[in-house]
Amino acid sequence: MALATTVLLAACSGTAAAGGGASATSTTTVGFIMVGSAKDAGYNEAVADGAAAVQKDLGTSVKVLTADQVPENNSVTQTMQAMVDKGATVIFATSYGYFTYAHDFAVAHPKVTVLHQGGFDKDTFPANFGTYWGQAYDPVGLGGMAAGGTTKTNKLGFIYAFPIPQTIANIDAFELGAQLVNPAAETYIVNTSNWCDPLKQKQAVTALLAQGADVFSQHQDCQSTVIQAVKAAGKYVVGYHYDAQSLDPSGWLTGSAWNWAPIYEKIIGAVQKGTFTGGPYNANWIGSFATGDNPLELASFGTSVSADLKAKIEAEKAVISKPDASIFAGPLYCQDGSVLVPAGHVATAAEVNAFSCLIKGVVGTLPKS
Amino acid sequence: MSIAGEILANAIPGSIALVYPALGELVSERAGVINLGTEGAMLAGALGGIATSIGTGNVWLGVVVAVLCGAATGSVHATAVVLRRANQLASGLVVWFLALGVTSVLGASDNGQVVSLLGAVAVPGLSSIPVVGPVLFDQNLLVYLGYVLVPATWWFIHYTRGGLVLRATGERPAVVFAGGHKPLRVRFLAVCAGSAIAGLGGAQLALGIVGNWSNGMTNGYGFVAVAVVIFARWNPFGVLLGSYVFGVALAISSVVQAHGIATNQYLLDALPYCVTVVVLVAVSSVGRSNAPESQRDALSETS
Repeated sequence: MALATTVLLAACSGTAAAGGGASATSTTTVGFIMVGSAKDAGYNEAVADGAAAVQKDLGTSVKVLTADQVPENNSVTQTMQAMVDKGATVIFATSYGYFTYAHDFAVAHPKVTVLHQGGFDKDTFPANFGTYWGQAYDPVGLGGMAAGGTTKTNKLGFIYAFPIPQTIANIDAFELGAQLVNPAAETYIVNTSNWCDPLKQKQAVTALLAQGADVFSQHQDCQSTVIQAVKAAGKYVVGYHYDAQSLDPSGWLTGSAWNWAPIYEKIIGAVQKGTFTGGPYNANWIGSFATGDNPLELASFGTSVSADLKAKIEAEKAVISKPDASIFAGPLYCQDGSVLVPAGHVATAAEVNAFSCLIKGVVGTLPKS
Repeated sequence: MSIAGEILANAIPGSIALVYPALGELVSERAGVINLGTEGAMLAGALGGIATSIGTGNVWLGVVVAVLCGAATGSVHATAVVLRRANQLASGLVVWFLALGVTSVLGASDNGQVVSLLGAVAVPGLSSIPVVGPVLFDQNLLVYLGYVLVPATWWFIHYTRGGLVLRATGERPAVVFAGGHKPLRVRFLAVCAGSAIAGLGGAQLALGIVGNWSNGMTNGYGFVAVAVVIFARWNPFGVLLGSYVFGVALAISSVVQAHGIATNQYLLDALPYCVTVVVLVAVSSVGRSNAPESQRDALSETS
């Protein structure tokens, strides 16, 4: 632990030194903390790209500090403190498991604005705290369309880490999207109980291949293993978190990729103007296609997606980009036949966050404790 | 293929990734040194293998570097416990932590970068045996090396002069010394050689199975290897069996889920470790211990 922390702080200061030099009087120091490597071709690299874009776009008005590979324990508090000691007044804690640490840090440090990526604060909101996220299920549903339109066996594989609300929504959206273009498509699910365990990911792909799945997607932090295993089998993949088309140009269909810079810059701007407290970011902010500000975008299309399928996906994107629209338009049914979303109703973000069942067409069950 | 057959087949590559560190641990323990740094040697091997493959484009050079990185990690433990008489358990854990930290720093830029996997090579004849042929004999070369290394280690330990000295050093170092050998040198080399073999396990995981590096990717399998050695009663064939039992337990979850069978997921996740604990207790209660004699001294810091 002590060693890990020392290394992290060293990494943090190294980046700070590299990004330093700008010391204009009105410089805002902004810290970004990542749970994994800033080069993981996944969730964390998307954050690192966003941080780099912030530095580039906002120039000398900000000084960006970054720290990656910070575990979801007391280390994150120490890293936030180290950033504050270096002058940081805005901190983005970007991993799901950082929530409690980020929230408590905001309470203890009223002069520092703390943002948490992906969390949902149900309790009282400190004036210097906010969460932000993108409505992941809409782009994931579009990826599902690419999968459903490409599969030849009508079997899709989805590998996930834990049955958290976001993941349940993603699985449902993926299957739903697939059904839009291919009513016979079924999604087979396997979980690994780990955000990144390459051996288990590989075993999951092997097991799903044996079931006949020929298009794969996932909700994991690292996606290289699954993409490689799918590539080796000559099958197709729909990515998540990061555009990884270069890893498998012919097998890559499309995916969802984070583009964080715009929301980062808006939040930093609000803090600089003094309008953060009470503003839209001093809350659980969620961007979506319907509001035109979804940080999770549809990734590039691979060469295996037909022009016809691309047109269908673009058309659906236009439909769910209308105000109050979403891929979760009723009627939708759970696996057991009960109604999940009634006819004529579009599920709100809060309703989707409370989904606890898998929709008809998903094969497999969620782990129960 | 039946579900059982699918599980048995799915388990092979991962089991071999476990056979290597377990064989390495066995060699080290036969010389009287417990090496909890095996997990670290695997990590070092995995990163060394991937980094070299990315840098040179030569995956076999990566395998060679994995062996060297494993040995280098082992030499830290060997220096501490053999030359400086440090506590074996403490040193092993420190070496693991060190390897975890160092690999995550050095490997930061290699995360998610991919290399081409070691390809499967079907063994002519054997791979056409019905059912078991494609499962056992359509694998990468590191899997075959694992098959061969098990009997080779057994033969070395039981039927060569070097093996006799190794075993004797683990039992009565004073006798080995009186016989004109150098027990400290034997132990030092055994720890390094064992860790080098563990490095091959890292190579099988990183280059043979997944084809990329991520921090802490061994996820505790190196520690399971230590348990497997006890399970195996310090016998290489037992190591093969123990690794496979654990590998099967690990593969069950994926296959059962892919079939859409409702189970208690968390129980399945715990299964490999439950199996390890139960087997260890069962094995320990049968007959006298086969543990090399001088290990008892080692644990009391008086060796």
